[in-house]
Amino acid sequence: MADASAAVDDKSMTFRGRRPAVSFGVGRLALYALLVVLAFVFLMPVYVMVVNSLKPLDEIRSGNLMALPQDWTVAPWLTAWSTAQIGVQPTGLRPYFINSFLMVVPAVAISTLTGALNGYILTQFRFRGAHLLFAAMLFSVFLPFQIVLIPMAKTLGLLGLAGTVKGLVFVHVVYGIGFSTLFFRNYYAAFPAELIRSARMDGAGFFGVLGRILLPNSAPIIVVSVIWQFTNIWNDFLFGASFSDFSSYPLTVALNNLVNSSTGVKEYNVHFAGAFIAALPTLAVYLLSGKYFVRGLMAGSVKG
Amino acid sequence: MKKHLIGAIVSAAFALPAVAQQSVEVLHWWTSGGEAAALNVLKGNLEKQGVKWNDMPVAGGGGEAAMTAVRARVTSGNPPTAVQMLGFDIIDWAKQGVLADLNALAAKEGWDKVVPTALQKFSKFNGKWIAAPVNIHSTNWVWANKEVLAKAGVTSEPKSFDEFIAAAEKVQKAGFIAIAHGGQPWQEATVFDGVVLATGGVDYYKKAFIDLDPKALASPTTEKVFQRMGQIRKLVDKDFSGRDWNVASGMVISGKAGFQIMGDWAKGEFLNAKKVPGKDFACFRFPGTQGMVAFNSDQFAMFKVGADKAAAQVKLASAIMEPGFQSAFNVVKGSVPARTDVPDTAFDDCGKKGMKDLAEANSKGTLVGSIAHGHAVPASLKSAFYDVITRHFNGQIDDKKAVAEMVAVAKN
Amino acid sequence: MRAGFLPKLLISPSAFLVLVCVYGYIMFTFYLSFTTSTMMPGYELAGTANYERLLGLENWRQSVANLGTFALLYIAIAGLLGLALAILIDQKIRAESVFRSIFLYPMALSLIVTGTAWKWLLDPGVGLEHTLRSLGWESFAFGWVKSSEMAIYCVVIAAVWQTTGFVMAMFLAGLRGVDTDQVNAARVDGAKTWQIYLRIIIPQLGPVFVSAFVILAHMAIKSYDLVVALTNGGPGRSTWLPSVFMYQYTFTRNEMAVGAASSVLMLLAIGLIVLPYLLSEMRKARHG
Repeated sequence: MADASAAVDDKSMTFRGRRPAVSFGVGRLALYALLVVLAFVFLMPVYVMVVNSLKPLDEIRSGNLMALPQDWTVAPWLTAWSTAQIGVQPTGLRPYFINSFLMVVPAVAISTLTGALNGYILTQFRFRGAHLLFAAMLFSVFLPFQIVLIPMAKTLGLLGLAGTVKGLVFVHVVYGIGFSTLFFRNYYAAFPAELIRSARMDGAGFFGVLGRILLPNSAPIIVVSVIWQFTNIWNDFLFGASFSDFSSYPLTVALNNLVNSSTGVKEYNVHFAGAFIAALPTLAVYLLSGKYFVRGLMAGSVKG
Repeated sequence: MKKHLIGAIVSAAFALPAVAQQSVEVLHWWTSGGEAAALNVLKGNLEKQGVKWNDMPVAGGGGEAAMTAVRARVTSGNPPTAVQMLGFDIIDWAKQGVLADLNALAAKEGWDKVVPTALQKFSKFNGKWIAAPVNIHSTNWVWANKEVLAKAGVTSEPKSFDEFIAAAEKVQKAGFIAIAHGGQPWQEATVFDGVVLATGGVDYYKKAFIDLDPKALASPTTEKVFQRMGQIRKLVDKDFSGRDWNVASGMVISGKAGFQIMGDWAKGEFLNAKKVPGKDFACFRFPGTQGMVAFNSDQFAMFKVGADKAAAQVKLASAIMEPGFQSAFNVVKGSVPARTDVPDTAFDDCGKKGMKDLAEANSKGTLVGSIAHGHAVPASLKSAFYDVITRHFNGQIDDKKAVAEMVAVAKN
Repeated sequence: MRAGFLPKLLISPSAFLVLVCVYGYIMFTFYLSFTTSTMMPGYELAGTANYERLLGLENWRQSVANLGTFALLYIAIAGLLGLALAILIDQKIRAESVFRSIFLYPMALSLIVTGTAWKWLLDPGVGLEHTLRSLGWESFAFGWVKSSEMAIYCVVIAAVWQTTGFVMAMFLAGLRGVDTDQVNAARVDGAKTWQIYLRIIIPQLGPVFVSAFVILAHMAIKSYDLVVALTNGGPGRSTWLPSVFMYQYTFTRNEMAVGAASSVLMLLAIGLIVLPYLLSEMRKARHG
């Protein structure tokens, strides 16, 4: 499985085997031109955000938003990080990073492991209702979160988890089960059965097969699952605002307080800097592991 | 000797728990410069009394996101100590039986005598005080850039609605934007407050929009109100939709526009931009509503909390109602104190006018709850009113249909 | 292999959590839709009054109509654009990873950030229209976001921008798993590139289309944050979607029972749409 994915990046549908010299004709030029234009369109919103976060406020008001800064300044970034008003304290976004990490890391870890376990069980074992169970977990992926807000609040209250980071981890794990099970189940369904059979014949038990054969070869799908979960949980606002209290509210709530304040001069440059800072972890995750992401998708995860 | 020693040790062991710090958790949406600074005054006052302020801000104009968060918090059995709330929302929560009883404190400090009756309607439930009001805002104001007006040839403050329209048209002809408006349902409703008062007076306002009398709602007065809203619509710029109110204020401050119809919290924007009332900008009652005040009040609703928090909660309520704080807070915020016995020395001209108007309206009975800000009808009706007002303002329904829809809303 | 005690035990926590926290809550919502709940859950029954009220509300009609427009356009455009991008990138491009990252990164951003950035770009006063006009293109007009009829298309634009990259990644993965023998045979027969794509490759991507549809449909349903950040439901109420409706009526307008009724209808619609997908997954699992 692993070697197949290594060769994968070289495959393309127009050429096979030895790469012939690519003639740089009009067709190629048009192709690159089209891609560059599309890339430009895709980059525009972030370009606007970054460029305007480096301008002083009067330049934003008087100038136009696509222009490069005349008066480069990193002050908005510093403000957003450590001195912007988030409620009564001018603390910037910094203190809330830790809350988000404390919530996201355990939630992603537990959710991914649970998904792997579920995927393993659903593909390697037959029991009554297994297919129905999978379908039920799959459907949970489409649940709009506002619907569960009130009953989940009651549940968290009963469990004594209200307002805590543990409570947020619990909520995100519960609603992440659907996707991670989907990813792992499809991946393991395409896993070569001989490997598992031979491991069983060698005496591997339940955890042996999972720990020695499946998981070590699950790198691509683990990456997909981790990226997907990390992004969704990091960017969540609704649960973060409703199930936290003053000591545990995550970065998205702080960002909302920064950006949606109802009075005062709107410091757009600080808002954009703040939005970008809040997005840095997920951006980093996507940029650094994009290649593995495609590999993971390839390796049978969502080919259906 | 030994007995004394043992006695000392024992009493020391018992003394330790009393050192646990008192704290309050406050949920609000005052997250920006001026308002946060005002709230900081309260925080500081409490800290002087040994009470720690745990801040739980959830921004989003008007508190929409905050109200959702409160709902979840209360459902999970973990409510904040105090929550910023407006009008009928407080009563709705009181009906759920989750608010604390502040009568002991209120009696001690004599709140009944100093808080206007119209306001008490929202601070008390079944005879019990459940919230501490921080301020009284008023929605029927107009803010004007004096320089723009002078350039347009508007020499005096318009006294009636028709004069106002004429003045605005002059401003428009002079090349400025006549009325700076932010196209959000609550802003259109804020304008609506003023237009209703100017068109039908306090009696019509009360009958139609507080008592929901169908005859009053279906009357030609309502149609005239919508006609007038249409007149105002012609005087705003084409990009008004979705604009934030403080950006609209910015347009008046910078001289792009002449007028803004907005509540008195707009004053904070002007002051922040170092503009001087009377010199750079003018504040006057929405023409036709002189002598009347449509009000809304930010209050901190006190939720039932455990015995350990109750003492701190009482201190918080008391600190909110303290005249010194009421003066300091409202000077910054643009509103007027919620108690009528605060001297107006620290306030600027617009603030002094606001306080005078309030006292007058309170005594004459022309102090009415704002439709736009949840002080006339409860949330579901308010939102339904918003639907009609904003759809009419955006040209999706005409005057007659708007009247019909208003009547239909009230019937529900 | 037949499941012994251990697998069943280990999957039961997930099964239990999903049962309670998904289906239990759905049942709770279903029950609420027949009560007189206003601000908080109440248990007094009110028959079908909430559904009657719901179906008579202009806000609901607008929300459903908008969802139809939005979902159709969003899924079609994101799907086709994603496929197109994947095909383009698959042409042995130099700096493939750069292009791929550029198209993929919007998924990393929260819907609130996306909505805010696009709100700025699309605002005629400060965004694209203003910029292009100041660069000399005087007659350029792009005030869609301020228009009651056109604002929903702005939501489509922002949503397409956000998820097309992910769809592209899925199709890219699919393209690279296509059977190359058929392709080479066709090439030997003299078929042109576009014919190969149309007749051989794209039909083999069937499962990817299905998965892409699932991802896109899921995003379309959870689009509340995007709408609120971009237009806040405006101008007026013209960009309301059922998710916005449900939130507004449950939490802002204190009509929780009507909100619950709208949730039930939303879930029913979702169920109907994904039912074929679920059934096919079940069938595959049975025979796979």
